[in-house]
Amino acid sequence: MNIDDKLNKLKYNCDTVSHLNPCAADCKECKSKICTIICPASVYEWDEENRKLIVNYENCLECGACKIICEKKSLKWDYPRNGKGVTFKLG
Amino acid sequence: MEQNKIEVIIVGAGPAGIAAGITLARANKKVLIVERGSFAGAKNMFGGAIYVEPTKEIFPNFLEDAPIERFNIEHRYVLLTKEQSTTISYKTQEYTKNSCSIIRAKFDSWCVEQAKKAGAYFAPNTVVKSLILDKGRVIGIKTDLEEYYSDIVIIADGVNSLLAKQLEMRKTIKPKNVALAVKEVYKLDKNIINERFNLNDNTGCVCEFIGYPMDKELGLGFLYTNKNSISIGLGIGLEDIKKQKLNVNDVLEELKKHPTIAPLIKDGELQEYSAHLIPEGGFKKIPKLYANGVMIAGDAAMLVNNLHWEGTNLAFKSGKLAAETAIEALNNNDFSENSLSLYQQKLENSYVIKDLKTYKDILNNIEPRSASFFGYYPKKIAEFFKIFTTVNAKPKKQEFRKYICSWFTDRSLRELICDIFTIIKSVMGVLK
Ligand SMILES: Cc1cc2nc3c(=O)[nH]c(=O)nc-3n(C[C@H](O)[C@H](O)[C@H](O)COP(=O)(O)OP(=O)(O)OC[C@H]3O[C@@H](n4cnc5c(N)ncnc54)[C@H](O)[C@@H]3O)c2cc1C
Ligand code: SF4
Ligand code: SF4
Repeated sequence: MNIDDKLNKLKYNCDTVSHLNPCAADCKECKSKICTIICPASVYEWDEENRKLIVNYENCLECGACKIICEKKSLKWDYPRNGKGVTFKLG
Repeated sequence: MEQNKIEVIIVGAGPAGIAAGITLARANKKVLIVERGSFAGAKNMFGGAIYVEPTKEIFPNFLEDAPIERFNIEHRYVLLTKEQSTTISYKTQEYTKNSCSIIRAKFDSWCVEQAKKAGAYFAPNTVVKSLILDKGRVIGIKTDLEEYYSDIVIIADGVNSLLAKQLEMRKTIKPKNVALAVKEVYKLDKNIINERFNLNDNTGCVCEFIGYPMDKELGLGFLYTNKNSISIGLGIGLEDIKKQKLNVNDVLEELKKHPTIAPLIKDGELQEYSAHLIPEGGFKKIPKLYANGVMIAGDAAMLVNNLHWEGTNLAFKSGKLAAETAIEALNNNDFSENSLSLYQQKLENSYVIKDLKTYKDILNNIEPRSASFFGYYPKKIAEFFKIFTTVNAKPKKQEFRKYICSWFTDRSLRELICDIFTIIKSVMGVLK
């Protein structure tokens, strides 16, 4: 089963602004782009053409791993506002 | 300022926050529990099982009233290589004595209802953005919308604790201080679960998976039986995830394909996929636990005993002790750091700090030897049983001799010596 099918099972109440804010300048310099590899919801993709990190924040599971692992320690990470974001109906 | 003022504010409606809230409410203190999820449990995930005695201490009626899935009577340790498995199982019939599986969304909600019945106020859908300080003392919280004031704030906001960080009571979390876990829940008819695991409607089984596909990392897989579903997942140290460039979802996919595991979840319908961090720092990473007007409890204080998947019990206990400290402070009208230092004393006298101290070096010891303990030994154990159970035309003595020699010739002798040393060091560390 691919990750999109898994995420489709989840209930999201999406915020209109992203709670995940990488530093564009740092991402350009970043060698590992480790966030694009480890995120369990595949939120991050590297857009080589525009040299920019794409952040599908709507899919975030709010685990916090990307914030801790970020190569440049510059990923601004917050909780979505007012109960928004993912809801685990089981957990 | 007095308008939005209450005696105690608790941030986070997980086990730590709820235990603190209900303890305060039972002592007739005015307490508000603030939760960012739309209900208690909405943002929470665990294995998992809660433990009967520590839960009873907070909710004496929980065995009768709480939404419990199954009482665990069997605990299996399953060592995996790519194709083989060796299982050690412990089984007991004393089934209401130790642990039971629960679904966090249901259980946390039930817990918060009990706290509300006892008189606590509950505010869901509310993210605490920061703490309000006045002359070095915490005097309240700032949410998305409003400010609230209190004599004491108890921080129980879980592993990522942005608030403990704001106060600099805790250092920035490093990859080696946490593990990243993913879990899936599969819906299955209860009779199928009963048959597959040899259970009845009320009894449950816990499996821990050691080895493949986490044979180079500090990682562990788990499976819990619920009433009508099975939870399966794994956790891997974030430092190893970084080094090996792993995606935990891919690793879980590998684990589920294993010939020993695939039949256990066969035909199950995926109900939910989730991810969460687990504190791994142990005793050495416990932050400063109190300051003027504030205390930290549960995962926010890194109070988890990884080796036993114990977290909810330590959260319950630390939340309760923080609340007892708050009650005394309120009675004496003294919210200073000095007054709240009682919390540290109470924790040190309880099993919480004692146990974490006992295990303080184990993960550090094992981590550098992960490939050995999670890769090499599961393989060697499977190899032994293969020889032991295989009937072929070869003389047994020759086979055994070859096997014993392989322990010394597979790898450099140094590896074996390092492992023996690690085991001795770890056992001594626990017993000393
Ligand atoms: C995969 C996995 C398996 C586990 N298995 C087990 C097990 O089998 N048995 C066991 O006992 N333990 C287990 N644990 C550990 C256990 O889940 C935790 O130790 C326990 O939940 C900690 O409780 P807590 O109240 O401290 O934190 P949490 O349960 O994380 O609760 C924190 C709460 O605070 C809220 N919050 C956070 N920030 C804010 C904010 N700024 N504003 C408002 N609200 C906020 C969150 O939404 C959450 O509800 C497991 C953990 C994981 C990840
Ligand atoms: S790891 Fe950090 S710096 Fe690197 S791409 Fe990701 S967010 Fe940017
Ligand atoms: S918090 Fe977790 S799920 Fe969300 S983007 Fe970061 S790593 Fe991915």
